[in-house]
Amino acid sequence: MSSTDVMDRAAQTMHLLDYRNGAELKQLPTRNGFGEGLIEAGNRNANVLAICADLAESTRMEGFKKAHPAQYLEIGVAEQMLVAMAGGLAATGKVPWIASYAMFNPGRSWEQVRTIMALNETNVKIAGAHAGVSVGPDGATHQAIEDIAIMRVIPHMMVVVPCDSVQTKKATLALSETFGPAYLRFAREKSAIVTTEETPFEIGKAQTFRDGNDVAIVACGILVYNALIAADQLASEGINCRVVNNHTVKPMDAPAITQAAQECGAIVTVEEHQVHAGMGSRVAEILAESHPVPIEFVGVRDQFGQSGEPTELIEHYGMGTDAIKAAARRALKRKR
Amino acid sequence: MQSLTPERRKELELKANDVRQGIIRSLLSAGSGHSAGSLDMADIFTALYGAVLRHDPKKPDWPDRDRLLLSCGHIAPVRYSAMANFGYFPVEELLTLRKFGSRLQGHPERVKMPALESTSGPLGEGLAQGVGMALGAKLDSKDFRVYVVTSDAEHQCGLHWEAMMTAGKFKLDNLTCIIDRNFIQIDGSTEDVMPLEPLADKYRSFNWEVLECDGHDMASIFDACERAKQTKGKPQVIVAKTIPGKGVRYMEGDYTWHGKPPNKEQADEALRELSAARERILANV
Repeated sequence: MSSTDVMDRAAQTMHLLDYRNGAELKQLPTRNGFGEGLIEAGNRNANVLAICADLAESTRMEGFKKAHPAQYLEIGVAEQMLVAMAGGLAATGKVPWIASYAMFNPGRSWEQVRTIMALNETNVKIAGAHAGVSVGPDGATHQAIEDIAIMRVIPHMMVVVPCDSVQTKKATLALSETFGPAYLRFAREKSAIVTTEETPFEIGKAQTFRDGNDVAIVACGILVYNALIAADQLASEGINCRVVNNHTVKPMDAPAITQAAQECGAIVTVEEHQVHAGMGSRVAEILAESHPVPIEFVGVRDQFGQSGEPTELIEHYGMGTDAIKAAARRALKRKR
Repeated sequence: MQSLTPERRKELELKANDVRQGIIRSLLSAGSGHSAGSLDMADIFTALYGAVLRHDPKKPDWPDRDRLLLSCGHIAPVRYSAMANFGYFPVEELLTLRKFGSRLQGHPERVKMPALESTSGPLGEGLAQGVGMALGAKLDSKDFRVYVVTSDAEHQCGLHWEAMMTAGKFKLDNLTCIIDRNFIQIDGSTEDVMPLEPLADKYRSFNWEVLECDGHDMASIFDACERAKQTKGKPQVIVAKTIPGKGVRYMEGDYTWHGKPPNKEQADEALRELSAARERILANV
């Protein structure tokens, strides 16, 4: 594909920007999309509330605070309170969005999330900011790379990890208008915007961003961009990768995952998370039951993060484009 | 301020006796569960459903109802028995407590029975949810009140203090916390395991109005709730002095009855004692 000027059919159907020349893409953090989506959700519904645990600026709730001061609440550094109070507010008909760093909410508040949000089936939405090692210099204490695991095991919980800022805005709006407990995970650092206003978004519906039948790369979050770049570079080696933006970890689009396995015969999963019990693990669970094929997992391998620059850390922990390409080659080899 | 007439008081005392008998029967049928705390809150739950709350058992989803949350979900038998005795569901259903398929789960689950208002059991979480509900009422200018029944031992949980601080910040005068101050917990006395005193002063320093009552005296409970309703600009706590196992002599004050049910013989003895107490209430006034 890199040799032509025309994007493939999948990219056109999805109204993607031409990601092949990364330098031309706009870079914005996914958290910005959350902030914009939240303001819009507040415009559409006066029952939408934003509650923050002392991180209004960095979680991007600041804009909502200015736009909808009567719908904004501050409770200080109290993440368990964040969840429990939101549960009470939801019981009176509110749609509370609660924000902190993913490491603290749901990291610190897991039991309240399970009991008050999920078992009690309340309409509370968690915004997990600063997820992944790409938080950077703050180091391991602030780098949530286990959050998908602890959220996806909870019954009724929706878990959404959008691929860029534009999609994060859409996900914020979609979750605001879908009843039930939900976890939206996004990142701190700027990342390439590949989707457009026209790109569709539906919770639970995986998206094919690139055509290909040799290997399917199933990715979520800001690493979808790395997956696209890796796929583009592999094409010059004669390996045609499909790229699936698997933004909804729960409920996962099992038919789309199975179809990718049937048509490509090998899978690579890519996520900024422990490879254990994350998005890729769910892909493996689905395929073990429906259509077993070789799978390679790209993600953090049972380690904690550390301080460093975001790109440096993504490379160090094996989630850069070279690592994805290597995984695709391994997967292809195992196919035979 | 209203106070209870002697007739109303007698009615409530008889009802509390029914509630206690329901607790014993349901615990015997279940074969497990928490006896002491359930019995000691029978008078308070009876007063709440019988004389304090704005509620309608036929309309559990009435938007303007007062909300009653049981934070210490392990004493669910008292709430179930009170609800049954006030018409939320048939009294016979109490015998399904803790059984497969029952709405009366070992710890309360709102999804199975919406009138419970919250799902509870993990301690220290009720007040925080009550704060959310009281704040929801304020945001929508609704006049319903929120009552949260808590155990004393769950004041050892950090989240409860986060909730106390938050209620003070938002001046939630539509929120009342009732403490079952029976001084026991699973491992012994609260003051040995992790001292809570001076509990009332701690609430005062968090900008709460502190009220006290005898948790086994209907007039005292009612008066404290009335004073709570009249408080402006502050959440209120009612420290209810209670005796664990109240109403069944062999359980009273004995912390070993915290987490176990009576056997058949013990239940029969308890029911005989409660029936005799009922006769005495009827004979008075």
